[in-house]
Amino acid sequence: MLVFILKRLVNAVFVMMAVAFLAFAIFQVAGDPVEMLANEQMSQVDRDALRDRMGLNDPMPVQFMRFVGNAMQGDFGMSYRNNQDVIGLIAERFPATMELVLVATLISLVVGIPLGILTAIGRGRWYAEGLQFLSIIGVSLPSFVVGIMLILVFSVILGWSPSFGRGEVVDFGWWSTGLLTPSGRAALVLPAISLSLYQITLIMRLVRAEMLEVLRTDFIKFARARGIPRHRIWFRHALRNCLMPVVTMTAMNVGALIAFALITETVFQWPGMGMLFIQAVTFLDFPVMAAYLVIISFIFVVLNTMVDISYAIIDPRLRSAR
Amino acid sequence: MNVLEVRDLRVEFPTHRGVLTALDNVSLSIRPGEILGVVGESGAGKSMTGLAVQGLLEPPGRIASGSVTLNGRRIDTLSDREMTRIRGREIGAIFQDPLTSLNPLFTVGAQLVETIRQHLPMSASAARARAVELLAEVGIPAPSERVDHYPHQFSGGMRQRVVIALALAARPSLIIADEPTTALDVSIQAQITALLRRLCAEHGSAVMLVTHDMGVIAETADRVAVMYAGRLIEIGEVAQVTRDPQHPYTQGLMGSIPALGARVPRLEQIDGSMPRLNAIPPGCAFNPRCPQAGPRCRRERPELFTAGAEKAACWLLEGGTA
Ligand SMILES: Nc1ncnc2c1ncn2[C@@H]1O[C@H](COP(=O)(O)OP(=O)(O)OP(=O)(O)O)[C@@H](O)[C@H]1O
Ligand code: SF4
Ligand SMILES: [Mg+2]
Repeated sequence: MLVFILKRLVNAVFVMMAVAFLAFAIFQVAGDPVEMLANEQMSQVDRDALRDRMGLNDPMPVQFMRFVGNAMQGDFGMSYRNNQDVIGLIAERFPATMELVLVATLISLVVGIPLGILTAIGRGRWYAEGLQFLSIIGVSLPSFVVGIMLILVFSVILGWSPSFGRGEVVDFGWWSTGLLTPSGRAALVLPAISLSLYQITLIMRLVRAEMLEVLRTDFIKFARARGIPRHRIWFRHALRNCLMPVVTMTAMNVGALIAFALITETVFQWPGMGMLFIQAVTFLDFPVMAAYLVIISFIFVVLNTMVDISYAIIDPRLRSAR
Repeated sequence: MNVLEVRDLRVEFPTHRGVLTALDNVSLSIRPGEILGVVGESGAGKSMTGLAVQGLLEPPGRIASGSVTLNGRRIDTLSDREMTRIRGREIGAIFQDPLTSLNPLFTVGAQLVETIRQHLPMSASAARARAVELLAEVGIPAPSERVDHYPHQFSGGMRQRVVIALALAARPSLIIADEPTTALDVSIQAQITALLRRLCAEHGSAVMLVTHDMGVIAETADRVAVMYAGRLIEIGEVAQVTRDPQHPYTQGLMGSIPALGARVPRLEQIDGSMPRLNAIPPGCAFNPRCPQAGPRCRRERPELFTAGAEKAACWLLEGGTA
């Protein structure tokens, strides 16, 4: 067990080092940072001094190690664009993205699980096959198309909800939330639905596949032979045995949703990390791009590692072997 | 009155390549407290008979004709909802593999209480007390502790005892045990069979005992039914059938048992193997392998003829020649 956990952790560290190297490489191909920061009037002497201060004359490995060391302390340098702390910029945007992602996850579970059950137990019926067909469309629709259609219908035509922004927010320390104000909640609805649509179809298909699998097992047949009614077999015996993979997939996909949110945020002008990244790209703001890459990857890796480890802990065979 | 009365049962599986007849002309009856052994090669239709009686045929499988009568009430025409009230209450089931019969995510107590309360008007605490009693009855040590354990914390033999407790939970008048010891260690098979026999005698339950083990039949059953290619070919008192089998197939079966307790091997003495469902020969299904087959056997199908206290489906019993 301990060996397994250690292996996972070492694995995670390797992945993060690779990502850090990529982020670092961005700077190498991006051109001279001094040119980016310096203004026209700066003399060559000043430029050299700046270059030296930034450590750009050190050998490459030293620069890389310094980059990693700083990143571990949350120091990604200054934004080229407005001379703000990069980490501060990201922290400011982080709550917006997280609220969007968490609400989208919630929606995908609340809608996806019942749909999965329905399509599994109604297999062969018209409504189940219809839903199954719709889910194929759901998987293949690009999320910006969904977003634009939602805006068109609900904001432009019906005028029910705002088409951009986050509404009013309330601050708790560094965390700002839109969940407590009516306008904040209204603004969240469309982006969250748009972001969750793909996830709903994933969960629905996973639950369906797992349910069909579990319904074939002996213990389900035996439960039928014991005279347990159908609904109890579906919702108590079968569903329970399906939830484990659903929970793990959901946890792993939070990382993917944060990354996907980039598109949704752009479509809905949602002031999250994804928007920050897109702006950074347009302004060639390399420190922000690098920081985004590293932080998103970090969230990914942490979630995956936690899921792997919890899987091992929950597996009863490993549990009783301890 | 017989507990179970099966008349001319025919089970069909419509497939895209035509209708498969899995059971044909199966007639048998079990008196109160009686143990009927059911033997036959793999694929002969033993499990299918038990499932048909319980109304647990997998769609598209269905009872095409014939009748199943339980304690004087016809049950093959009941809806699944009505059968749910009979399964577990009037018919208890024991499956082959105790490792897969129990839901891994619920304690054995939870599964017992669920079954008891499904069928009997009992409070949760009374049902729990009854669950502990049942575990004690099937010989599980420290039942008041074990009741809160999960299936994986029991050995195979202990799990089959739990399955027996579940089958007996509502005191059904009929138990259908489908190879209850096949998956178990040889050393505990006899214990489980003895337990089953003792409990059914105490409760006065009738038993349909499917097995490959002629030794178990000889020791445990009162009467025995022999199946071949989805048909019942001989039925009678165990002592008589083993001493003086009437059907050439049964004669081969008995000839192939070296001693009590030996398993029924593939019939080495009789050349060939049992036909597949889609290739059952016309006339007597056994005719290609029968040493005594005559021209009539290839044309006409023999009924069950009475020969003394037994019945067998063979032309030899009608006129002395085939
Ligand atoms: N879903 C199904 N569709 C079509 N045929 C089936 C189906 N299930 C079982 N059969 C066939 O029905 C026949 C009877 O099977 P059954 O399980 O009753 O045999 P059995 O006598 O219990 O054999 P075993 O000793 O191996 O348990 C077999 O030939 C099997 O292939
Ligand atoms: S009916 Fe004919 S083929 Fe069938 S068992 Fe009797 S003798 Fe053999
Ligand atoms: Mg079987």
